[in-house]
Amino acid sequence: MERSKRFDLLAQRDINKETYVEPWPEAGLIVADSPYDPSPSIKIEDGRVREIDGVARADFDALDIFIATRALDLRVAEEAMALPSKDYARMLADINVPRAEIARLIAGCTPAKLTDIIRHMNVLEMMMGLAKMRIRRTPANQAHVTNWREHPALLAADAAEAALRGFAEVETTVRVARFAPFNALAILVGTQTGRGGVLTQCSVEEALGLRLAMKGLTSYAETLSVYGTEKTFVDGDDTPWSKAFLASAYASRGVKIRFTSGTGSEALMGRAERKSMLYLEARCLLVVKGAGSQGVQNGSISCIALPEALPGGVRAVLAENLLASMLGLEVAAGNDALASHSSIRKTAKLMLQFIPGADFIFSGYSAIPKRDNLFGGGNFDAEDFDDYNVLQRDMQVDGGVRPITEAEALAIRRKGARAIQAVYREMNLPEITDEEIDAAALAHGSDDMPERDIVPDLEAADAFMAGDDDFLAVIRALQKTGFSDVADNILEMGRQRIAADYLQPSAIFDADFKVQSAINDANDYVGPGSGYRPGGERWREMQAIPQAKSPEGFVDPHIGEPLSRLVELGPAAPGTQREVVLALGPAFGGALATTIGGLDHDAVLEAILSGVASEGIVARIVRVYHSSDCAAIGYVGARLSGSGIGIGLQSRGTAVIHQKDLAPLNNLELFPQSPSLTLATYENIGRNAARYALGLATVPVAVEIDNGARLRLIVKTALLHRRETDEVCPEQPPMELRFDWEPE
Amino acid sequence: MAETKSEYPLRDSEADQLRTHSGLPLGDITAEAIAAGALRGDDLRTHADTLRRQAAIARDSGYPQLAANLLRAAELTDVPNEELLKIYELLRPERASYGELVRLADYLEETYGARENAAFIKDAAEVYRERGLLRR
Repeated sequence: MERSKRFDLLAQRDINKETYVEPWPEAGLIVADSPYDPSPSIKIEDGRVREIDGVARADFDALDIFIATRALDLRVAEEAMALPSKDYARMLADINVPRAEIARLIAGCTPAKLTDIIRHMNVLEMMMGLAKMRIRRTPANQAHVTNWREHPALLAADAAEAALRGFAEVETTVRVARFAPFNALAILVGTQTGRGGVLTQCSVEEALGLRLAMKGLTSYAETLSVYGTEKTFVDGDDTPWSKAFLASAYASRGVKIRFTSGTGSEALMGRAERKSMLYLEARCLLVVKGAGSQGVQNGSISCIALPEALPGGVRAVLAENLLASMLGLEVAAGNDALASHSSIRKTAKLMLQFIPGADFIFSGYSAIPKRDNLFGGGNFDAEDFDDYNVLQRDMQVDGGVRPITEAEALAIRRKGARAIQAVYREMNLPEITDEEIDAAALAHGSDDMPERDIVPDLEAADAFMAGDDDFLAVIRALQKTGFSDVADNILEMGRQRIAADYLQPSAIFDADFKVQSAINDANDYVGPGSGYRPGGERWREMQAIPQAKSPEGFVDPHIGEPLSRLVELGPAAPGTQREVVLALGPAFGGALATTIGGLDHDAVLEAILSGVASEGIVARIVRVYHSSDCAAIGYVGARLSGSGIGIGLQSRGTAVIHQKDLAPLNNLELFPQSPSLTLATYENIGRNAARYALGLATVPVAVEIDNGARLRLIVKTALLHRRETDEVCPEQPPMELRFDWEPE
Repeated sequence: MAETKSEYPLRDSEADQLRTHSGLPLGDITAEAIAAGALRGDDLRTHADTLRRQAAIARDSGYPQLAANLLRAAELTDVPNEELLKIYELLRPERASYGELVRLADYLEETYGARENAAFIKDAAEVYRERGLLRR
């Protein structure tokens, strides 16, 4: 077969490393609207649910029973189910309908009804819905911090940096399960070094996770996975009741929990029962709500590649975020596991949560290199920090993080690593050496760390889990070793555990260690002028990326001593001989000394004059005062020139060859890409101008096309032009100049 | 006490009334006390009454299921760690017989006054029997 060079190139693109599959409802490979999804229905008799979504009570599975008895608000169910789905869709997209009005009725909607509402909504309407239905007013973000070495100093350093960058929660996990207590300890100490009040968790098996929480090493857990079919639930070795009990057990120890669901898990486990992913997710979410979880992480999470392989997958992921918000659940909205090879695609997907805002825009932004991510991610990594900060700055959208300087990062990383070193030393855990501290402070990832003998670490971890030491021992160790500020932060986390305010929906701690939740920071969005918008100090912080320079900094390098070799003689007169007139911008060789490409103005003059001389004629030089415009300057030169040929040259280096009979904005040759112009180019410009003056056949000067130049230099271009324009004197005629130079 | 109208957050509004699970006032939880080794893990756990106050706040703010969870949690504050882990294990699929679950519920109610949890576990026992989730 013939091969198109374009299709050949397209085949190499990142987007074509993905897998795409056509829907297959029978296997659950359909994101929404399976032909086997039920129609919404409810029947209530004597205060008991007799039917949900076409299934009679006798045929209920465990999930139906749980939802009927614990999730649905039967006082509003009949009213809620009678309202057409399209009306809900319109209310969700309508800024004039407040959150509470919708939430009251949604409490009575069955899974099929919830799914049916989404059928009427496009992504823009769903984004409007998410902006309004999100339960916490202020959006936030969660980070993932892991490394394949499971190195405590590197974990602490990365956790400290993540905390300083503004993440409200930090989650770690393990490669080797026995490391769980030490990984949890390292991110606890690291985060509280970076900022007091960052919530932390270690994602491990449920019983182990609860033990870590009981030791005070973690303050939240989101490992409580639920599934949309009974069989999948049982395959996951749980029931809605066991998960709900676990939720209460965590809460009894003052630990925040959120459940985990997300599209695709049932199909992946072969138990989708021909239902669409979104319908099954709606069932999950009602189980989550019925269990009394304050929130959920969904957005497909680790299964994300599956919906993304199907048509409408990214839309469905937004839909599940929206459904959770509608049900009054805190949403950690996914964007965690690697979802795409393509930067375009992953960023486009992110916008669906980033722009409306979510309680946690990521349920794990990978604040580490991709290679160190033990969660199968990340979709955005440490390598993308600057990109993400710029997205916030571009759109004035609060993505939950802030820019930091390299010096700040190094200082906090070193402090976090030294704090965990001190804790290990005081608690007689295997030594962390100063060499490891130095490496962790400077490291990007595990590859930058020295080898560490993990056998003693694992033995110490086992002993720590078996023993009585808990976070009080950690606080004492920090107190004794001069880290009293870190100790105080961990102690305050302990006091907050006693107050239990952060068990309320969507709770985080703000920069002042004050709890911020859907109770005291309830989302009040009802359109323009309401809801959360970053302003004041927060907006200033978002703008202040270290890469941003002061405007003066762009012009300063181009200012120098006025050229002593360039002397003004008097008003310029029209010439009569075969000459070229080189007309300069008002700041050339005066207020400005170099071109945008860094060429000295006298060197540029020498090059052009050499070029003219090479054809055996001379050039006169004039300075134009009435305009800073390149065409206008060149046109003046042409009209003063005895040959009718002039060269216009702006201070930033932009040049034009003009002819007196052309329209002012026309030209013989234009050289707009001043950064690409070399002295050789300027010499060729001089030579060509001379050839035009002599009436010789002339090949236009070839210049390199660099389409990135404008992108890189537009600010400098604008500011240099402004500086030149400052020198304009509208009434002053062109002046004749003498340049002290002899051709070689 | 659960019916007392509480102002959220309790950390600010009721700092002088909050007590730890062991009965200490929150004000006793100081850096000095920890440095002196005067506190145990139990002193940094939440009290059942605090969780009941939080449950009332959740209920009044439109989160009734969370409120129910927090009421169950309040009852579990007195249940030792190892027992909690055992109860969770028994509630997983096919771990317990119907009778074992009912006895567990009665034990929790009699030993810890855990009425809500007892009702919750009995409810699970009924559903597990109906759906074949009891030990085979």
